[in-house]
Amino acid sequence: MNSASGDPLRSTTIEEHSIMQFGIFSVSDVTTDPTTGHTPDDTERVRAMLTIAKHADEAGLDVFATGEHHNPPFVASSPTTMLGYLAGVTKDITLSTATTLITTNDPVRIAEEYAMLQVISNGRMDLMMGRGNTGPVYPWFGQDIRQGIPLAIENYALVRRLWTEDVVDWEGKFRTPLQGFTATPRPLDGVPPFVWHGSIRSPEIAEQAAYYGDGFLHNNIFWPMSHTKQMVQFYRQRFEHYGHGRADQAIVGLGGQVFMRKNSQDAITEFRPYFDNAPVYGHGPTMEDFTRDTPLTVGSPQEVIDRYGSFIDDVGYYQRQMFLMDHAGLPLKTVLEQIDILASEVVPELRKIADAKRPEDVPANPPTHAERVAAAQAKGAAGATHVGDGGDEFTGKLAEEAL
Amino acid sequence: MTGIVPTEDRPRRTIAVVHAGLGQPSSTRLLADRLADATARELKALGHDVTVEVVELRDHGHAIIDAMLTGFPTGDLARDIETITQADGIIAVSPLFTTTYSGLFKSFVDILDKDALTGMPVLLGATGGTPRHSLALEYSMRPLFTYLRADVVTTSVFAATDDWAQAGDRTRRDDGASSLPERIERAGRSLAATMAARGEHTKRDDPFASTPSFLDLLGGD
Repeated sequence: MNSASGDPLRSTTIEEHSIMQFGIFSVSDVTTDPTTGHTPDDTERVRAMLTIAKHADEAGLDVFATGEHHNPPFVASSPTTMLGYLAGVTKDITLSTATTLITTNDPVRIAEEYAMLQVISNGRMDLMMGRGNTGPVYPWFGQDIRQGIPLAIENYALVRRLWTEDVVDWEGKFRTPLQGFTATPRPLDGVPPFVWHGSIRSPEIAEQAAYYGDGFLHNNIFWPMSHTKQMVQFYRQRFEHYGHGRADQAIVGLGGQVFMRKNSQDAITEFRPYFDNAPVYGHGPTMEDFTRDTPLTVGSPQEVIDRYGSFIDDVGYYQRQMFLMDHAGLPLKTVLEQIDILASEVVPELRKIADAKRPEDVPANPPTHAERVAAAQAKGAAGATHVGDGGDEFTGKLAEEAL
Repeated sequence: MTGIVPTEDRPRRTIAVVHAGLGQPSSTRLLADRLADATARELKALGHDVTVEVVELRDHGHAIIDAMLTGFPTGDLARDIETITQADGIIAVSPLFTTTYSGLFKSFVDILDKDALTGMPVLLGATGGTPRHSLALEYSMRPLFTYLRADVVTTSVFAATDDWAQAGDRTRRDDGASSLPERIERAGRSLAATMAARGEHTKRDDPFASTPSFLDLLGGD
């Protein structure tokens, strides 16, 4: 089992094999296949996501992450239900989110649901907080998009307290106060899940990630690298400022988007109708312009290796590279083929490149649960694993004192 | 680019001319050039070196729509937006279509960062078929730039087709209004005075430098 309790050698074992993680993330869009006219219904789309995640696990990818959306054409409204199921039917893949809505979800429910997922998956999970950019969603959940940043900040501060303190008294601006509240289950081994913060444009969120020493993922799939570089650099500087390590040791993730066939021209021909009709960028720039200006790469596996292998030169060594693969109406069969190409031809090469480019004292991968437990134990900072226990089994300290 | 050899002593001012003329030649471009000449002349008289950069929106037609759809400008368009937003003053000229500035012109303004023109000296011009549309400058174009918190100079210049017939003639028009050359000169003087009165354009706030620290975010309102 992955739990590191009582197994101090575990983290060493992991480090030997650790390197940048490669995974896929889904926005869960229901989009008509422009080449066939087929539109999956919601059930078909949800089940396709499950198949995709299982396939990614079997193919050897490191991460599967689902988005969270509460409006059509997206179906992924309930990430922990999906990820909880996947925890049971996958073996190695890390389950994550892209993103968990820190603004419109009740922070108490986030703390509970993701602690539950952490326990069920035996720590084979992390999550990424995001604000959500769909204005109408906020009022449906009783919130106001103009308060997006303050909500993200207050809610996340509460989530952390609920995970690290057994009994919480709390009062804030956006939620009913809590008196003597305990979120259960307590985090696995008394150590909360690793958290990423995703933001495309807001330095405040990079600042938040840096303050807590959390990960920062810039989903740059619709953005030029010049912008991504600025955001990542800002996060790195602030990470160092808050004393979590050197700037180049901060935990960074990037988004990506590829379509591959053995021959470049086949990839271009096959993907073009999906590109031209895609939500977001369809009917806009040409595929050639968009591939030049953003990380979208349509071509041979080697072209993807060359392009993505160079991102380290732009943002420094980073720990997680995610790819968008199931979107724009691509049929399930094609998506599974893309996962196979990615996992068998591209990722092994990118791992080598990443390994060669990693400075020795920069973390190879985002911290796994086992590594976090080992680190917390070393600091005497692992919290309680049982309500009312209140003390840490290794140090005898109360969670509150350990912080 | 026009202007004279730069010297150490003469402060430099950059005028960005942005126009949405479509024809070749374009009367909108013609008006824009005349406004730029008048402004540059006056700035030089006030002791400045002048650089004029012209941005033709027609060249960016596709790129402007792409930027609207993708959320970011790229390539030559990104470079020209930088030129405009970093200028010391802007001359913005649009043809009037169906009672207002053209869709191309508005689309361009729509993709600018909403704070990009804050405090920017701006001179407005428009062209149209008949003088009956001249107030479009005041009821639609000026409010657009006021919304963007630009510093729009008082005189704006409308040129109708028959203005060009009298273009060389500085005498009063038959209807008693000032001639086009007079209006252009007045407008140029006005923009030049505003630009000369300011220091050189300083770079806009760095959004990263102005991000509050997390402790302020946590405790602040």
